[in-house]
Amino acid sequence: MNIVVAIKHIPSIADDLPVKGNNVDFDSVDFVLNEFDEQSIEQAVLVKEAVGGTVTVVGVDVIGELDNVLHLALAKGADKAVKITGDDPAADSHQQAKWLAEAIKGLSPNIVFAGVQASNDLDGQIGPMIAAYLDMPYIGGVSSVEVSDHTATVNKEFAGGFGAKYSVSLPMVVGVQAASKPPRYAPISKVRQVAQMATIEKVAPSGGVSSGLSFKKMAPPVVTGHAEMIGGSSKEVAAKIVELLKSKGLA
Amino acid sequence: MAPKFEKAKAIEKEHVVVDGIDVSGHWNRMFEQRVITEYTPELIEKIADLPNAESFANCYQCAKCVAVCPVDVVGNYGPRKLYRYAQTGMDLTEAPELWLCTTCANCLRVCPKEVNMVKIMPAVREQAILEGKFVPAELQQAFENTAKSGNPLGQPQRKRDAWIQNAGVPIPIIKDLGRPVDVLWYVGSYPSYHPRGIDAASAAARIFTALGIDFAILGKEEKDDADSQRLAGEKGLFEMMTEYNIETFNKYEWKELVVTGPHELNAFKNVYPKYGFERPVVHYTTFLARYLDQLKPLLKHPVNKKITYHDPCYLGRHNGEYEAPRKLLEAIPGVELVEMGRNRENGYCCGGGGGGMWMDSFTAKHTTMRLSEKRAMEAASTGANVLAVACPFEVSRFEDAVKSTGNEHVGVLDILELLDKSMRGE
Ligand code: SF4
Ligand code: SF4
Repeated sequence: MNIVVAIKHIPSIADDLPVKGNNVDFDSVDFVLNEFDEQSIEQAVLVKEAVGGTVTVVGVDVIGELDNVLHLALAKGADKAVKITGDDPAADSHQQAKWLAEAIKGLSPNIVFAGVQASNDLDGQIGPMIAAYLDMPYIGGVSSVEVSDHTATVNKEFAGGFGAKYSVSLPMVVGVQAASKPPRYAPISKVRQVAQMATIEKVAPSGGVSSGLSFKKMAPPVVTGHAEMIGGSSKEVAAKIVELLKSKGLA
Repeated sequence: MAPKFEKAKAIEKEHVVVDGIDVSGHWNRMFEQRVITEYTPELIEKIADLPNAESFANCYQCAKCVAVCPVDVVGNYGPRKLYRYAQTGMDLTEAPELWLCTTCANCLRVCPKEVNMVKIMPAVREQAILEGKFVPAELQQAFENTAKSGNPLGQPQRKRDAWIQNAGVPIPIIKDLGRPVDVLWYVGSYPSYHPRGIDAASAAARIFTALGIDFAILGKEEKDDADSQRLAGEKGLFEMMTEYNIETFNKYEWKELVVTGPHELNAFKNVYPKYGFERPVVHYTTFLARYLDQLKPLLKHPVNKKITYHDPCYLGRHNGEYEAPRKLLEAIPGVELVEMGRNRENGYCCGGGGGGMWMDSFTAKHTTMRLSEKRAMEAASTGANVLAVACPFEVSRFEDAVKSTGNEHVGVLDILELLDKSMRGE
């Protein structure tokens, strides 16, 4: 089984997002692995452990610090790491999807995993676009994947707590919402060992596309309303809530 | 695991003759092997075979340790019991018991056989982590935060010195100062980010300034000591942080490293020498106690409180400092210092050591109450209205604990805050 995981290195939103010009001030922000990609790496390794094969992790190196992320993925059980030397923190998801698809094409994957979305996406389209470029079916919002022979059984989540089970024939692209188990912990001693021994394959970005969107202005959201803290005993608080709901015509 | 040995034969004999002498008596059960031989030593050996965990096999079941183990007070624990569980089939590498020890070292103090949980626990935990065995999710998060952000709270590195803006005194950053200083003050992660830690850090800055101490901090270059992560089994993470910290400390000229926290003291003083760092390190209580004569005239405002002091395990038992914190508290006018039953060498652990700081929800499932709650109740029973602490882990732990045990009337304050109050009259 040839398993590929497409990952994204994105600005951390643990911090206030600094703005410079009409984009994020990429120089003064930390980059982290997209949290949905952590799930998709886990799902890929789980599939490999179940049916055998190799896991290749591919990402665009937008700020030159992707190695750390790739080492972590290798320590968690990936077998190969590829970085696309995109070197442009402003590369949007359309551009990254093209570069990723071009790099993945040569790997002839049976199944491609991508995080279902990322906090810097406009549209959560990396997975679907890779699928389109590779001419494969796509299924997103997935919370578990089981593979047998040329078919995968996936659980897809819908709004309102609904879910459905699909049977999809391979090859395909999966947008992972959550892995079937919480991502495993990679001990740092293992990550460091990997960092010393691993080779990361470098690939030049190929193919230019754009989302067609241009930024006019970027600014942190303006704080307008504010939350009201209701104090007192639980009875008093409950009475106030009921009163408020009534006054707004909600009860 | 199936017992390896046959069940022992009847062990009491009516008549026993040894070397021709009739020694019959009610005590003659001692002449046969104990039923202990029914059990296999395999799971004990599995632990004792790990480097640094050898002393696990030393235990001869005297049970002195159980009497002083803080976890046994709220549960069923202690080295003796772990040994016995291993004997009867528990694999410590996959048991929840692996994560309950706080490495408080009280058992080591009394153990005649030097069974050393402070070494055993990190070794077995490391093994469990490397083998991909169960690791409490909260702890895993703290490890990941430390690796990614340089602190277990997961706060951005860039904001590490944001607190200095509101300290009320200028706090020099050693990099900007560009000259040697007497004191490099290692602030620590909780004092840098946690709101109540920031209160203590700000107090420290004001006290150092009032005493005219020539100090500076590392600012954005400071990262977590990761000693508790080491004790929780993440040695690789500890080593990564250690390499960074030693390099950073050695970039600058300073005479003494003063730390806010006992865990940092333990790391820098007792563990870093193994990694080639041997420079003077001192906890703030020890450091300030040297300045008592200059400090006393500054403590102008009485703090009329009945105070009891909690000995942090890593300041007291691990590093032998019991007096300096008490001297500082006694120097504050108006303070009446009362002791809890378990104090100094027998101080009761707050539950935060050895990674316990990040396993509260997990521990709660295996104990009747939190160690911090037990301790808060003990503090309240002395009639004190302030529980004084000297470790940045403790303020938040005990503030939660006094609330959850209905002892809100007991305030929790770092010694730094109490000194600062007396200095400024709040
Ligand atoms: S005090 Fe030491 S020898 Fe005695 S039971 Fe405890 S661990 Fe074993
Ligand atoms: S180190 Fe402390 S918590 Fe751990 S077993 Fe010994 S007494 Fe109990």
